[in-house]
Amino acid sequence: MSRDEILGKVRSAMGTTASPAERRQLAEARIAAPPRVPPIGRVSVPEAELPAVFKSEMTRQLAHVVEAGNSLPQAIAAYLEDAGLPPVLRCGDDPRLARLPWHEAPNLTLNNGPARGDDPIGLSHALAGIAETGTLAMLSGADNPVTLCFLPDTHIVIVRRSDIVGSYEDAHARLRRHLGAGRMPRTLNLISGPSRTADIGGKIVIGAHGPRRMCVIIDGTEGENRGA
Amino acid sequence: MSENTQQSARPRVGLFVTCLVDLFRPSVGFAAVRLLEAAGCDVVVPRGQTCCGQPAYNSGDRETARALALQTIAAFEDCDYVVAPSGSCAGMLKTHYPELLADDAAAAERAREFAARVHELVSFLVRVRGLEQVPGAYEGAVTYHDSCSGLRELGIKDEPRRLLSSVAGLEVVEMAECETCCGFGGTFSVKFPDISNAMVERKAGNIEAAGAPLMLAGDLGCLMNIAGKLSRQGSPVQCRHIAEVLAGELTDPPIAAPSRR
Amino acid sequence: MQPSTRTFTANARQALGDRNLQAALAGLPTGLVAQRAAARARLPEFEQLRDIGRDIRNHTLEHLDQYLEIYERNAIAAGAKVHWAKGSADARDVILRICRDANARVVTKGKSMVSEEIGLNKHLEAAGLEVVETDLGEYILQIRDEAPSHIVAPVIHLTQAQVEEDFRRQHKDLAPERRLEEPAELVDEARQILRRKFLTADVGITGANFLISETGSSIIVTNEGNGDLTQSLARVHIVIATIDKVVPTLEDVSVLLRLLARSATGQDLTAYTTFSTGPRRPGDPDGPEAYHVVLLDNGRSELLASEFREVLRCIRCAACMNHCPVYGAVGGHAYGWVYPGPIGAVLTPGLIGIGHAASLPNASTFCGKCQAVCPMHIPLPGLMRKWREAEFDQKLTSWQARAALKVWGIFASRPRLYHFATGLAAKALRVFAGKRGAFRSLPAAGGWTQYRDLPAPQGRTFQEVWNERKEGAS
Repeated sequence: MSRDEILGKVRSAMGTTASPAERRQLAEARIAAPPRVPPIGRVSVPEAELPAVFKSEMTRQLAHVVEAGNSLPQAIAAYLEDAGLPPVLRCGDDPRLARLPWHEAPNLTLNNGPARGDDPIGLSHALAGIAETGTLAMLSGADNPVTLCFLPDTHIVIVRRSDIVGSYEDAHARLRRHLGAGRMPRTLNLISGPSRTADIGGKIVIGAHGPRRMCVIIDGTEGENRGA
Repeated sequence: MSENTQQSARPRVGLFVTCLVDLFRPSVGFAAVRLLEAAGCDVVVPRGQTCCGQPAYNSGDRETARALALQTIAAFEDCDYVVAPSGSCAGMLKTHYPELLADDAAAAERAREFAARVHELVSFLVRVRGLEQVPGAYEGAVTYHDSCSGLRELGIKDEPRRLLSSVAGLEVVEMAECETCCGFGGTFSVKFPDISNAMVERKAGNIEAAGAPLMLAGDLGCLMNIAGKLSRQGSPVQCRHIAEVLAGELTDPPIAAPSRR
Repeated sequence: MQPSTRTFTANARQALGDRNLQAALAGLPTGLVAQRAAARARLPEFEQLRDIGRDIRNHTLEHLDQYLEIYERNAIAAGAKVHWAKGSADARDVILRICRDANARVVTKGKSMVSEEIGLNKHLEAAGLEVVETDLGEYILQIRDEAPSHIVAPVIHLTQAQVEEDFRRQHKDLAPERRLEEPAELVDEARQILRRKFLTADVGITGANFLISETGSSIIVTNEGNGDLTQSLARVHIVIATIDKVVPTLEDVSVLLRLLARSATGQDLTAYTTFSTGPRRPGDPDGPEAYHVVLLDNGRSELLASEFREVLRCIRCAACMNHCPVYGAVGGHAYGWVYPGPIGAVLTPGLIGIGHAASLPNASTFCGKCQAVCPMHIPLPGLMRKWREAEFDQKLTSWQARAALKVWGIFASRPRLYHFATGLAAKALRVFAGKRGAFRSLPAAGGWTQYRDLPAPQGRTFQEVWNERKEGAS
């Protein structure tokens, strides 16, 4: 059987004398306690400064970043109007989105469910923002169908200020708290800006197969009973 | 760093001539001797040396390479230092001999002990002897090619420039892509002549664009390759080994240039 | 993919005369090379991370069987179907069977070098499936019926003008007078065409940059979004990955991700890094219904057991080829198979045999730039030298080269004979040269003098003059 043959060859390749049980124990122990990484200087700053680093890195990756301290629906509406985009959004069942005061931006139309080919704007809520490289951590599911991140031309993502962490390791810790150790969503998407390609003569073109533009809204409205 | 060591005796430096210097351009060897003596060393040239063994080593012939390694190590047994006017030969002696002889514990130990005494010429003058003033004099601009082994195996980058800058009237002008391989690579230059030519053409172009009338390097293999190309192109840029300028040994024509007589 | 590694020298000669290729390659120094340098400069921890990354890969390879088993267990627990394939044929057969079981007609593909290695597309097409490459570069290659020339930027060998020509030739139902002058216009055209394919695909096939044992996940690292559309929209997602892609934990993969994009394109992270774990879950409104992982050996276990084991640390960043002066001169197609440049020079003989691929590890000056930039500290020149040793030991080197080496070795190990002979040679060549400083041509030195002059010796050897002076002085 292919599996046994391959594993057999791999085992004998190392010429080790340790018993399989010992080696399994070592591997399991290693998984439970991976080695430490040096702190990444860029995000070894006081927590309060992380959103600024996040914004700077995301902007560098050519996402449009808005800090919204007040009405999120109004921030979204303002962005769409400035950008000349239609006020039609598709989003998932995320309660943090459902709870927003949409009446504050009455011209916005919200559709629910996975993206189809013709949705112009997708709206998602991120699990976390990762400051070290201006990256959003998105989980797939009914709250955020993964197609929302890729099919619409424009992707708007809301991330809470308090959910902006420093490093990838911090984000994985958040994920473990959210889902339990070793558990993953069907997809975890780390997204660092709009889609792009440099395949044509080495020139970077923003907007390849995924979204052409990305707007990230940093939600600073916590403590005002908005979303939970 | 002082010019003379704290020891009262002058260190005994065995000059590893290199097969190319020996056959094609002995003046580089004499320039090296002049510099080593200026740095307070007594120079000997063991007769039991021929070649570092790289041609065999890089062709996959470990047996011949090993034999030459043992021969070389034996030839320099009584030297405090082994100095070569070549980054690639010094690299071979210093970084590859121990690996080459790793199978035999005794030979490996000898190789390690030997390797510890090996230095490329310019880095020896600067790092070990602390030389700050060289005997040579030169007025004008020069550009410098960083030979691959010296740069990447031995970390030689600042030392040549430091010594060149100490020569009154000499200006170092950096060429573009000074760290990029010139395409010599020993047998590569004759096994893959088309590719080697493309690489040396690029190097020659960078040298001419730098605008200096003289180019220098620390490896005669690179120099013969580059000078041969510049000569074929009818370029006025001259090529010498850095030791020649540092030692003031400029009576012989530059590499590939016709003799005056 | 059928190798043309045996004709490397001829391939290279053709490449050197190819004006479009040379124009395209000219962009490397200011492009990918400069970009990596800038990204590295912005991350002070870069060198430390290289060391940690190398150690992670070494540790994983030392315990590969364990991490593979743990990975399999966790992937299955998440609903994945895991298949093991010894070689190309096994992998192709498994994938075709999965497609047939799904009644697939249209298959979309994300970029996968492993799929090139096993010749997947032709196999599926021969079975009547429509296979659509969705990575822009791979799509262009598909319509040109050409192989990739680089493992990250597959059409780095093409100019914009060539792509425009290809699109006009292929997309016949579009208005001929349409504008295709800007890169963005070309990208947009591909976007429209491929969008339709994404939405009608039955099966989506991707590779995996890494597989994570801890969670049973596969990762793809992309910029275009095509990989994600490929794997999310089809009913079935198939991942094809070689067994050396396994990494123990999320933390370990974070170290490698920090190195990968920076080394490859100079980005801190690509636009999309996607971790996939199993098929659609209850309540998932989208995603594939079935998720298959094909674990391919195809020579990796042999490499693991060999002196070339270190090459398995490779994370496919392509920094080595971006910085290689030989690759920069001849491009990727000259190497004749899937993996070009320095990594190809070491991996290819290991996968298709040194007998076929001897040219590749020989076509190097050992300048060492590849090793200097490899994020995993793979000793590429040293491994190429080991291939040359294998070639020599197996007597695959030409008899002329072996004879020349033998003769030279006989002289070099007899110092007195050597000094005598070189003394004669120096004199003779000096006489032959006369007043000239160099030879424009010299019998037996044709390889050299074809393109350059050969400097003439000064006339006497150093040993000769030195010993004469010493004797004169004493």
